[in-house]
Amino acid sequence: MSPTNIRVPSEPPSVASRGLAILSRPWVTAILALALVITLGLVFHGNGAFYKWGTHRDALRLISVYAILACGMTVVILSAGIDLSVGSVLGLIAVAFSILVVRWEWSAWTAVPACLLLGACCGAASGSLIAWFRIQPFIVTLAMMVFARGLAKKISHGEKIWSAQTPEVFTRIDSRLWGENISVVTLVLFACLIVCWIGLTRLRWGRYVYAIGGNEEAARLSGVPVSAMKIGVYALAGLFSAVAGICHAAQEYQGDPEAGATYELTAIAIVVIGGTSLMGGRGGVGLTLLGTLIIGYVDKILSINAVPEANRLMLTGAIIVVAVLVQRRKS
Amino acid sequence: MIGIVKSFGEHRVLDQVQFPLREGEVHILAGENGAGKSTLMKILGGVYAPDAGEVWLRGRPVRFRSPREAALGGVAIIHQELSLVPSMSVADNIYLGRERTTRGWMRFGHQHDESTRLLGRLGLDVHPRTAVGDLPISFQQMIEIAKALSLNAQILVMDEPTSALNEPEVERLFAVVNDLRRSGCGIVYITHKLEEVYRIADRITVLRDGRWIATAPARDMPAPLLIRHMVGRELDERVTAGRTIARSDAPVLLRLEHVTVRSSRRGGRPLVNDVGVEVRAGEIVGLAGLQGSGNSDLLWGVFGAFGRRRVSGDIRIGTAAYRPRSPGWAIRNGMALVTNDRQRNGLVTGLDVVANATLAALPRVSPVGWLRRGEEMALATDSTRVLRLRAASLRQRVATLSGGNQQKVVLAKWMNIQPRVLLLDEPTRGVDVGAKQEIYQILDDWRQAGHAIVLITSEMPELLMLSDRIVVMHRGRAVTAMERAEATQERILHAAMGGD
Repeated sequence: MSPTNIRVPSEPPSVASRGLAILSRPWVTAILALALVITLGLVFHGNGAFYKWGTHRDALRLISVYAILACGMTVVILSAGIDLSVGSVLGLIAVAFSILVVRWEWSAWTAVPACLLLGACCGAASGSLIAWFRIQPFIVTLAMMVFARGLAKKISHGEKIWSAQTPEVFTRIDSRLWGENISVVTLVLFACLIVCWIGLTRLRWGRYVYAIGGNEEAARLSGVPVSAMKIGVYALAGLFSAVAGICHAAQEYQGDPEAGATYELTAIAIVVIGGTSLMGGRGGVGLTLLGTLIIGYVDKILSINAVPEANRLMLTGAIIVVAVLVQRRKS
Repeated sequence: MIGIVKSFGEHRVLDQVQFPLREGEVHILAGENGAGKSTLMKILGGVYAPDAGEVWLRGRPVRFRSPREAALGGVAIIHQELSLVPSMSVADNIYLGRERTTRGWMRFGHQHDESTRLLGRLGLDVHPRTAVGDLPISFQQMIEIAKALSLNAQILVMDEPTSALNEPEVERLFAVVNDLRRSGCGIVYITHKLEEVYRIADRITVLRDGRWIATAPARDMPAPLLIRHMVGRELDERVTAGRTIARSDAPVLLRLEHVTVRSSRRGGRPLVNDVGVEVRAGEIVGLAGLQGSGNSDLLWGVFGAFGRRRVSGDIRIGTAAYRPRSPGWAIRNGMALVTNDRQRNGLVTGLDVVANATLAALPRVSPVGWLRRGEEMALATDSTRVLRLRAASLRQRVATLSGGNQQKVVLAKWMNIQPRVLLLDEPTRGVDVGAKQEIYQILDDWRQAGHAIVLITSEMPELLMLSDRIVVMHRGRAVTAMERAEATQERILHAAMGGD
């Protein structure tokens, strides 16, 4: 009865409206925002610190662990879900990895795959509950967040796992390559970004992620295996949490059962600032890279200008709000 | 008691309609889907404002600007989709928005007692503190009525109240309706079931295509006359003439026997009850039925959209036995389902034309999971060209297309899986006239290419024009089947309303 007809204006769009249309693309806004941030850095350079490559290298190193989490988060959010457990799983893996290499003296070749598997299992468990029992992702991953934190404390007996003799795998992961010019962790991040990008844009799998996020019912009726996809998506987020956990343990030279608390929120902030829609179905991992750089540079610029941490946090909050407002104007 | 004259909307959903309702009568409002019944009632209930015309209540013109005003004015509407809050108690639901308070403090005791009294009047043995969601649908409907009574409603509108009820529940509802009539309420009753019409009607008003056709006492309007009023229009002879008919020796591509689709509600009436249909290659079988007849549910069930547990019966595709499992399984068996609501479950409107057109056929262009983007683009280009899709670019988001073009994207999606059996639910809904003609042509091309097609449409001329055979459903059962040559609007409607 009610016509669902949507009329399209038949005349070609004017130059001005076409310009506006380009401005409203998420990646254009994100690049403009990043350019603005870098300009600010060039102006408030902290006695020339911003002109040194080391500053940029450290900014990237500091943000890398968050950004690895954000990779998995991007995929989850594209499927119209959310994963609050990534920070806790990071902590769990940091502890597990430390126990394996410090206490049990496993080689990296066995410890790393074991930890990746454990992380993926945590994610798959969340995904299964979400897919089979139709519980909201928010609730399920909140439960997993608490559970994984508990498990981390249980296996570590609440203590930090470390030894006076730092295992070689830790120092290797925490080292820099190419004439000390880039951190290994940053390279790991780039690898994660590339994996996500290929998965989302070059595989059938990625198309299904977008379809589920855009309209789950339409995807289901088009033969998309929605349950299996959801389990896979959360398993992938768990896998990236494990990668981040290993990196975090290596950077800190220890496995801290408290590690990664509130990291999930930073990861979500990175995804949202990049311009991926929390409603699902729109965005991409390229935007997440831009979001990473924006958050990373804002933080670095504030710290080289000796802005107190309290103010930094307040400013980051404000930036998130602005990012979301800009996003909403587009849709 | 009320004299209404209204016209409404650009499309003239209602044109100079009048509707008189007396005190203490049950007045049936009849008409095909889309005749304007719901719109008229929404104007009465203050949901829409009329463009012209007036509502008179007890000799005085009234203008309700919101459902709340209408409710306070004594008009209560019980929609098909109940508007209760499942998690709240019976008493809280009855007084929702009009809580009994003293200086802001809730008077729970008072509400409780009043609710008990109202429920008693309806002969309903329910504790007012029970959560509404825990009650069966029939009880929930009674609570809607109790809510209306608490407003001292003089006019009660019921839109297909029995569609979800089983026999004893229907009896109980009728008892309450009779009771209300005796107490002086004017009741407007919308139904698609002939049996109900003649059981409770005092008078009948018929609408057709947004116009008032007739109002008469029920005994002066027997079923054949009622149906003639509802159908009314003369069909263009050319619509049904001249067309090749499917050869009767063509192989049967889809055979349904004893197919039953259970309701998701425990103990609910089956949505589809023991239905058998056969569709040959190169044949379009029309599946007629009014709202709630179960024809859409049959298609969903066969397609596996309800999963494997709710559907039983024997289904064959070609010569092979088939059991519904999931939409993916149906697609692999060469089956396609065009749903009747493309915004809600037909398209991913945020994605572009290419992604939508190839969504169901992705395994074809990515056999090992890696998308062959060239092949994908070619598939999308070819299919949309055949369907004459008009889009600035195939990278355009589907949301920015017109209704007709969106529907073509849906058709392209299903064409690309190379189906043998097409299940089409309202393939021309919300599509302009030109696009409709194009879609008819597409369906006829598919028919001639040897696909088996099951078609649901609420537009009678469309059904008669496109179908080789028509199966009519009523309350979940296939009641009649007729050949193209013997089908008439009157016969179909009579059967769809449960006439013998």
